[in-house]
Amino acid sequence: MNLLELTRLEVAYGGIKAVRGINLKVPEGELVCLIGTNGAGKTTTLKAIAGLLPVAADAIRYEGAPIGGARSFELVRRGLALVPEGRGVFGQLTVAENLAMGAYVRSDAAAVSSDLERVFSLFPRLAERRGQSAGTLSGGEQQMLAIGRALMSRPKLLLLDEPSMGLAPLMVQKIFETILAVAKDGVTILLVEQNARLALEVSSHGYVMETGLITLSGPARELLTDPKVRAAYLGEAD
Amino acid sequence: MDIFLQQIINGLTLGSVYAVVALGYTMVYGIIQLINFAHGELVMIGAMVAFSVIGALAGTQLPPVLIVLAGILVAVPVCMAVGYTMERIAYRPLRGAPRLAPLITAIGISIILQHVALLVWSRNPLAFPQIIPLVSFNVGGAIITGVQIAIILTSLLMMVGLTLMVYRTKLGIAMRATSQNPQVAGLMGIDIDRIIAFTFIVGAGLAAVAGVMVGTYYGIAHYSMGSLLGMKAFSAAVLGGIGNLAGAMLGGILLGVVEALGAGYIGDLTNNVFGSNYQDVFAFLMLIAVLVFRPSGLLGERVGDRA
Repeated sequence: MNLLELTRLEVAYGGIKAVRGINLKVPEGELVCLIGTNGAGKTTTLKAIAGLLPVAADAIRYEGAPIGGARSFELVRRGLALVPEGRGVFGQLTVAENLAMGAYVRSDAAAVSSDLERVFSLFPRLAERRGQSAGTLSGGEQQMLAIGRALMSRPKLLLLDEPSMGLAPLMVQKIFETILAVAKDGVTILLVEQNARLALEVSSHGYVMETGLITLSGPARELLTDPKVRAAYLGEAD
Repeated sequence: MDIFLQQIINGLTLGSVYAVVALGYTMVYGIIQLINFAHGELVMIGAMVAFSVIGALAGTQLPPVLIVLAGILVAVPVCMAVGYTMERIAYRPLRGAPRLAPLITAIGISIILQHVALLVWSRNPLAFPQIIPLVSFNVGGAIITGVQIAIILTSLLMMVGLTLMVYRTKLGIAMRATSQNPQVAGLMGIDIDRIIAFTFIVGAGLAAVAGVMVGTYYGIAHYSMGSLLGMKAFSAAVLGGIGNLAGAMLGGILLGVVEALGAGYIGDLTNNVFGSNYQDVFAFLMLIAVLVFRPSGLLGERVGDRA
């Protein structure tokens, strides 16, 4: 079953169509990536799914129901979480408060505290800094916090926007290991990345986006060997 | 009689009222960067409603404390309803508008509320009925009245309560999260419209109690009392650093004390050329002085890029 399905999704930004009718499917339990260059419309697509941009209701189906144009705070309750580009941590709140906000929609205190332990075991660094304000963390730690915070809502579908952006290679490695661990826990993931190789290596399925359109899609393993992808996104000549 | 100590006591009394009102300005500013110029009118409505209730109950044999309490208990929900309504119908539709639009609207709301009050209660001031027996204590040569003690304690209680709410409860954390980044707050499942409405309601509740306190202190309430008080409380919020809760409290108390000391000593200082009726000048002089040397206020930061 497809947890998320985009059908001819169009998103306009003040007259300019940033996304021009794309189709995309994320089957339940899988990790799907959306790759492409800067400005291709990947972030816009994620924002539309998360309810941050107005779109036609039918263009986005989640668990079979149309959710296009629904407001973001309602979607969180339905198990959809976005880790935004640039992390979006609350800099003046502590690490613990940021994580508590991740669980804002939940009232099952016992389960919340066991999920908190799970996040701390995924990211021991966050446990050490729980009382520190988030603004004082390094970029990598902020990314950990952003992912951990999203997990605190116990999402069924996790949308990740450029988790590797601006991070040192070692930190990128760590973040991706965690993404795989989360996927193994059964969380469905739609990953947007500029680092195409890394994204395709962890995904089961991939989509390539260019100037608002999906130009290529298929099993991630096939995309990794596709000559066009290799030339354009993996920095290899034929 | 010790003038200095006396003026400190008077200043603390007024200052704690300013602080409570300033909290309303600073909370709303912190969450939607709007200076709600109609906030002073909420103080006025609180006082007028409470005085009407207290006036009606004054003839009964109820104990005075209960009568004042009844006034507060009616004034608070009325002000909360007015505060919620102004946010819902006047400010929310302007959420995405340029910042000047809600600001001008706020001034409009302030004028409308004053005129509604004028229609309801007429031009004549309401007097506080003589129900509270004058209790006073002598402290080191100065006099503190029971009303002053009640005002200071009530204000303190509200300030502590608000601080605990904002820093210790989930709702309070959500308020701070919304004020830092409303879009990401929405991604956490926080309904920011509700948080903003809640902020207005809490601010209005504080304003209502402040209105009852200041009305009781001066023994009088009238339809235009909100303007000057509002301006002073707004100054106090700016003085402390607008958007900052501790700043609003500090600014309010400081403003009250400086004003009272100014009123107490201006005659001596100027050879009786200026009298204590110039006390209002001190608030604004101090505001100018602080803003010249510390534009972001005493405890404020980054106000420059927000305002």
